Amino acid sequence: MLLIECPYCGPRPELEFAYGGQAHIARPADPSKASDQEWLEFLYLRDNTRGLFAERWRHARGCGRFFNAIRDTTTDHFVVTYKAGEARPAPTAGGAR
Amino acid sequence: MQKFSAWSLFKEAFGGHQGWKSQWRRATPKAEYDAIIVGGGGHGLGAAYYLAAEHGLTNIAVVEKGWIGGGNTGRNTTIIRSNYLFDESARLYDHSLKLWEDLSQVLNYNTMFSPRGVMMLAHTVHDIQVLKRHIHANRGNGVDNEWLEPEQAKEFCPLLNIEKNIRYPVVGAALQRRGGVARHDTIAWGYARAADALGVDIIENCEVTGIRRDAQGAVEGIETSRGYIRSKKIGVSAAGNTSVVMGYAGIKLPLESYPLQALVSEPVDPIMPCVVMSNTIHAYMSQSDKGELVIGAGTDAYNSYTQRGALHINTHTLESICELFPVVRRLRMLRNWGGIVDCTPDRSPIIAKTEVKGLYVNCGWGTGGFKATPGSAHVFAHTIAHDEPHPIAAPFTIERFREGFLIDEAAAAAVAH
Repeated sequence: MLLIECPYCGPRPELEFAYGGQAHIARPADPSKASDQEWLEFLYLRDNTRGLFAERWRHARGCGRFFNAIRDTTTDHFVVTYKAGEARPAPTAGGAR
Repeated sequence: MQKFSAWSLFKEAFGGHQGWKSQWRRATPKAEYDAIIVGGGGHGLGAAYYLAAEHGLTNIAVVEKGWIGGGNTGRNTTIIRSNYLFDESARLYDHSLKLWEDLSQVLNYNTMFSPRGVMMLAHTVHDIQVLKRHIHANRGNGVDNEWLEPEQAKEFCPLLNIEKNIRYPVVGAALQRRGGVARHDTIAWGYARAADALGVDIIENCEVTGIRRDAQGAVEGIETSRGYIRSKKIGVSAAGNTSVVMGYAGIKLPLESYPLQALVSEPVDPIMPCVVMSNTIHAYMSQSDKGELVIGAGTDAYNSYTQRGALHINTHTLESICELFPVVRRLRMLRNWGGIVDCTPDRSPIIAKTEVKGLYVNCGWGTGGFKATPGSAHVFAHTIAHDEPHPIAAPFTIERFREGFLIDEAAAAAVAH
């Protein structure tokens, strides 16, 4: 089980969290004007990165808040977690564990 | 190819079984092939076999970064069924099931396909409605599926607990009698052996590291850990790593890779006569010919390429299994493992040409690819050979996500995703 550092509550077991998929995906600013291609990208196309991946988590059975994390998908090692709304921190080495 | 038969077994027994030969060659890459399949799992090896056997392309290679059948082909729970809701899915999966039925004879290789029945349990009113809807849809598509009351379900699988006092009592079941299991390795080895006999090169320990394209954008060849190999047709069948391989050609697909776990118990006498699945409480179980109870459930929550998952997923699964089959409570679990499954948003596969000329992809099989191996391989080979989709594969395009023609088994399928 992953140990996840909630930026608000500190390290907690994975069981307390819900996964939210790729982070930093903005909803189309004017949905009625978005093309089919833009809807495709917003709804379905995800990075599926092998390596450092910015993703959302929600501390569903804790404070209830969303936050973002950078995790290495080849090791499941969390590099950093940060609050929703903050910019993605600069890429960091994966730090295999 | 050394033919397997009762006679050859008898003959070799007299030689102390020293006369058996390798079932396929250890090929080294040639400079150029007419077609290359990336990924030596069942789907890739099968596609190579059908390309050679049905489309006359024999100067082809399968490149595999590890060993053949070492990915999801060797990591799944071997359940075979075709009781999918939508017409497109029913055609595809039933095509596959029909190929399974005589595959041992076709390949001269015992796939150990055992149509012992796949029973899906209902625990709620909603389950009853969903499963009955599936049954009617299936029958309309010529796919067998029938409704069982709890007592009939218990008659079919005496191990099943149908007491009313459990958290989610069994209130009925849908049974596909033609469904069942097979041995996972045999599908990789059987296709590899048959393809090799037709001249296909199976190249292991050969990881793709790039895809080269010519000035017009068409594929020209692949960079691999064993050098550059030219080919004007490349079929990618790389399961969990499809996004990585397709990324080399600049193509982004609607895929997310998740760990999916399975586990087996210590071997016991035959106690489990069929496959039982439950979506609502997320568990399924069958028994291998070796006697191990083979158990699985849903994926871990997050994207990953680690081929392992968390123990709490298995714990949750086993809690369900113990409630449904109290007799297994004292059994010890022997092994657990994970594979990386590539899931599309609608949980239906993509078997398609891409916008890059000469590049084809067969992916998105998610949590249910094993059952589809022969059918998927068969229609993918056709797609590659004719440069246009096989009629059964035609709806499973990449463009469906832009055009909105989803085949939404994610919402509809009677399966634990």
